[in-house]
Amino acid sequence: MSDLESFRNDVRDWLEANCPDSMRKPMKSEKDICWGGKRFEFSSGDQKAWLERMAEKGWTCPSWPKEYGGGGLSKDEAQILKEEMERIKARPPLISFGIWMLGPALLKYGSEEQKRHYLPQITRGEIRWAQGYSEPGAGSDLAALRTKGDDKGDHWVVNGQKVWTSYADECDWIFALVRTEPDAPKHLGISFLLIDMEWDGVSTKPIKLISGKSPFCETFFDDVKVPKENIVHESGRGWDVAKYLLSHERANIAGGGSGAQMNPVAAAHKSGEVDENGRVADPILRGDIARLTIDALAFETTLQRIKDQADGGQGVGAKASMLKYYGTELNKRRHELNMSALGSDGLLWEGENPEDGDPARGWLRSRANSIEGGTSEIQLNILAKRVLELPGG
Amino acid sequence: MSYILSEEEQMLRDSAQAFLAEKSPVSELRRLRDEGCKDGFRHAIWKDMADMGWNGIVIPEEYGGVDMGFTAAGLILQEMGRTLAATPFLASSVLCATALRYGGTEGQKSEHLPKIASGEKVYALAVDEKARHDASHIETRARKDGNGFRLSGQKRHVVCGNGADMLIVAARMDDDSIGLFLVDPETSGVERTLRRSVDSHAPANIHFDDVKLDGDALLSETEDGSALLDLVLDSGRACLAAEQLGIAEEAFSRTLDYIKEREQFGQKIGSFQSLQHRAAHLLTEVEMTQSLVIKALRQLDEAPSQAPLWIAAAKAKATRVSRLSSAEAIQMHGGVGMTDEYEIGFFYKRAQAAGEFLGDDAWGAGRVAELSGY
Repeated sequence: MSDLESFRNDVRDWLEANCPDSMRKPMKSEKDICWGGKRFEFSSGDQKAWLERMAEKGWTCPSWPKEYGGGGLSKDEAQILKEEMERIKARPPLISFGIWMLGPALLKYGSEEQKRHYLPQITRGEIRWAQGYSEPGAGSDLAALRTKGDDKGDHWVVNGQKVWTSYADECDWIFALVRTEPDAPKHLGISFLLIDMEWDGVSTKPIKLISGKSPFCETFFDDVKVPKENIVHESGRGWDVAKYLLSHERANIAGGGSGAQMNPVAAAHKSGEVDENGRVADPILRGDIARLTIDALAFETTLQRIKDQADGGQGVGAKASMLKYYGTELNKRRHELNMSALGSDGLLWEGENPEDGDPARGWLRSRANSIEGGTSEIQLNILAKRVLELPGG
Repeated sequence: MSYILSEEEQMLRDSAQAFLAEKSPVSELRRLRDEGCKDGFRHAIWKDMADMGWNGIVIPEEYGGVDMGFTAAGLILQEMGRTLAATPFLASSVLCATALRYGGTEGQKSEHLPKIASGEKVYALAVDEKARHDASHIETRARKDGNGFRLSGQKRHVVCGNGADMLIVAARMDDDSIGLFLVDPETSGVERTLRRSVDSHAPANIHFDDVKLDGDALLSETEDGSALLDLVLDSGRACLAAEQLGIAEEAFSRTLDYIKEREQFGQKIGSFQSLQHRAAHLLTEVEMTQSLVIKALRQLDEAPSQAPLWIAAAKAKATRVSRLSSAEAIQMHGGVGMTDEYEIGFFYKRAQAAGEFLGDDAWGAGRVAELSGY
């Protein structure tokens, strides 16, 4: 038996013995997601046990090095773990910004002390991280940010405001972009700082969206003292870290898309808009859905193909922008057609069941897909400059 | 299945690129048009292609082919799309070769496949009878007559039909099932009318008036002529989608070069954001098309039962994107894009014709809905 085959057998046995039955059922709501963090309340003993057992193996972050709390798995081994978890429909033991955003950035840019300190807290789900990038005056033009840190020798005093900080009211720490060198050129005066949200002067306020309640917050910094050792990478080079991290975020938004499982055909069945053969009754709507299917197949195939190319050593680079652009525009279309197929049933906002109003909320929420993580227009700018090498304007 | 080309496939693509750039650039299509060529292709180039082994690309070695599969055929067609090479490759070496390979008896295969592979004869497939592609609408009749058949009906816009030496004709038999028949166009009762088309190819309308056929004219290795026809058409669609992809890529690449050079208002027009966004959108659409085309071709080679959905999606997407790319090309070229002297218009014309053949994007959407069960 090859090493990989015996690894697969070991994984299978271990999961069989350690993954609780209730963690092998699909997640029904937001509540079933394990985000971790100091203030997180487990929804069941099984959820807690599942996290602890996986964290013990380092399998909440399978490919991170063992010395930082990861599983130290090779790419092939990590793939096997993923497949075996999918086979038994195991829920992810932990989902967090720490895992898919800060972690990769620390692995690339963090100091040895920072990696040893922060990464294991992430893999064990002890600390929940928020992202502090956008500001009221700095959205697409992120480098225009004005939150500033005054140099006081061994620390900075940070003042300013961030917006769109997801779940900030439930997070323990925040990684934030702060202008520490006011005289440096726009992109060069920014530093990447790690800030404890319990420190004096940090406060948050939730934002309500067109879709209703949202995870987004405003976060305020009012004379917050941040020690110098809490900087990642060099002072003034925070932009490098931010860019690196954004490319991870883009790949994630493009791949995930809240509506990937949502299906306008199922919607037509629900609202009774099908004929006796089970075909979508309105022929034009049926055609629109079919065109969506075609583009969704194209997108799915492109994700696979870019992955194949990356495995073959070709860089993904600016192609993340292509995926972000296409994937989010596609997701918006999917939600629009879902609403069309539901007809007036889709207009429900509140009702007797907790899931009443989900289609409308999902549809409204999808409008943000092509704004967050860099707007569609910003992605097109990146493609025009970095891939097509069109002249600057 | 892999989305990456093998070394052998890359070599094939490179040699196709070099050959077509030299022997069949866009200027060659212009020459064919201006000479009023009635066959729609250059026989000398067709012979050269046979010498390269291309004409037998999906034909088994025992019948003179190289048997490299549909992905390989698609790669050649993609390069043909880039130079707009007008050849019988799709009609003869893909559609008819596939019909004979999977539907022909031993005798039919050994008689006809070597002729396709060597380029000695050109074959064309006659299916459509309506203006829009619809393979379910076949009213041409093949009545049983002694040991043979009598063929009557009318085929419309048969691609490569005017220059073909042999036809494979889809007809309805006495029990209403579909049969594919080998018909020599010189047989009495066959009448061809050349239809010069916008892409400078030479299709023909073909009338069959009580044409007498021998019993062995019917491709009879399989009982299910309808399934055979589906397979033949799908092989053609997957490969044609590759040609459309080549059209989209080349039109886009020429446009990109142009907007990097052309100056207005004292600057390169490629520096304008309105054009940059359109170009970046096209880049993305072309990338999506590339993925679907290679997926469809590989499925056809490796998992044919799964292929129809991917082929319909690829043909639809390639139709839309090749038309979009060549239409945007004209717009971004501005006035010169409208002139006959500039080559970009040839891409727009061919994209329209290639899109129509074997089913356009609307057809593909209908098929995808049907195969997906909605």
